[in-house]
Amino acid sequence: MNRYSVFGLMRGALGGQKHWQPAWRDPEPRASYDVVIIGGGGHGLATAYYLAKVHGVRNVAVLEKSWIGGGNTGRNTTLVRSNYRLAPLHNLFDFGLKMWEHLSDELNYNVMFSPRGAMFLGHSDADMTMLAQRGDALRCDGIDAELLTRDEVAKVEPLIDMSRTARFPIEGALMQPRGGTARHDAVAWGYARAADVLGVDIIQKCEVTGFVRDGADGSGAVVGVETTRGRIGAGRVGICVAGHSGQVAGLAGLKLPIESQTLQAVVTEGVKPMVNSSVMSQSLHCYVSQSDKGGIVMGGDPDNWPSYARRGQPTVIETAIAQTIAIMPALSRLRMLRTWSGVTDMSFDGAPIIGPTPVRNLFINGGWCYGGFKATPASGWTYAHTLATGAAHPLNAPFALDRFVRGATVDETGVGPMPNHR
Amino acid sequence: MYLIDCPHCGPRAQLEFTYERTMDSIAPAGADPQEAMRVLYSRANPMGADDEVWRHTYGCRAWLVLTRNRMTHSIDAVRAVGPETLA
Repeated sequence: MNRYSVFGLMRGALGGQKHWQPAWRDPEPRASYDVVIIGGGGHGLATAYYLAKVHGVRNVAVLEKSWIGGGNTGRNTTLVRSNYRLAPLHNLFDFGLKMWEHLSDELNYNVMFSPRGAMFLGHSDADMTMLAQRGDALRCDGIDAELLTRDEVAKVEPLIDMSRTARFPIEGALMQPRGGTARHDAVAWGYARAADVLGVDIIQKCEVTGFVRDGADGSGAVVGVETTRGRIGAGRVGICVAGHSGQVAGLAGLKLPIESQTLQAVVTEGVKPMVNSSVMSQSLHCYVSQSDKGGIVMGGDPDNWPSYARRGQPTVIETAIAQTIAIMPALSRLRMLRTWSGVTDMSFDGAPIIGPTPVRNLFINGGWCYGGFKATPASGWTYAHTLATGAAHPLNAPFALDRFVRGATVDETGVGPMPNHR
Repeated sequence: MYLIDCPHCGPRAQLEFTYERTMDSIAPAGADPQEAMRVLYSRANPMGADDEVWRHTYGCRAWLVLTRNRMTHSIDAVRAVGPETLA
């Protein structure tokens, strides 16, 4: 494989750029693998890469029913941050954020990580108290968090309506300077290319239709998968299909603590730089950032009822846009380019699920709610550890599948066991 | 936005209604705690029709059971919940 570099680009320019090769192979599936990962999104590909790189497990296949990065990896709003209140969450996400900072070098692929700051707005004294509490929790664990005054917010985002008559007055903000955005497709492609070099087979258009189980009654350990391209044997199988976890786990007879809901986003036409950071309001439930291409990307709440339609309700996106425009009135003049939606795994405490299932040799990584993209490197790293060793990594131990029946939920927002109230 | 045909009020905008949970996640009265937890915290989550508990929160406030398809969003049945429907 050619290593990408500026010198290679210049050499290619002399030869008419004819040196380019496919970034990964398109192999036929082998009869069996040590580890089969179901789902070729960012998380699955990252898992395969770290299995090969860190654990030396190179006999690995990633099975993807359509094309890699075509699911939620290509549908999110690309925000990266780690400023969660609860320690299990911010420790996992900050482990990931530290990996984001070097990911382009690690993969020899530009993931365009842009640490432009993640800013949570406060609209009242109560908001500021909550943000200060969150900031304290973060700083106790060595994660950056700065409480900003009104003037400091205005300096970061001059287009925010700072008037006292604003619909949503600004009292301050909590800023995580290391947060930002990344190029979502590049994350999938970068991990795919790097994993392929290490011998991982990336098999696209290969849908898993069932599990092959041990035992006379077919209820024993998983020893392989049935796919649209035939039976593939496996030492261990890792489900990594957030959005459709219930469907794949259902093939093994499992019922998960997950509901699938639609999450929408919207992007405007490209304009010159006008939004400098990622601005979020958790009191209102809207967020906005500007892509490197210039489009203003906005999003809000999920549609709060189960759906696999990848088609959201206009009322939900209208609410998010109305809130964003109230905060940044200048955005009202922009034309909407498109809206889209994805299917999210909403778990019962808003936290992911990574770990073993009750079925031997079958593992699961899912339940990322609407916050999975930012976790891609950390999710891959910890899931690879779990798939290689069969045991939890210290960072994913709090996110075991059985935590709900044990009463050990990781409930960031403290609203209780309702996926539709996140 | 959809119309949901409330058995008490007639067709009303979906915004008046809130989704609560699925019928398959209601623990039977008297179930032992472990079994109740297991039922409360798991969903079949099918990629098709399922029975769901909704509430006409900003209307008559009655509980309803909807049979709703999660791929097409079509609502195939709306049933009232209450003593009169149990008879």
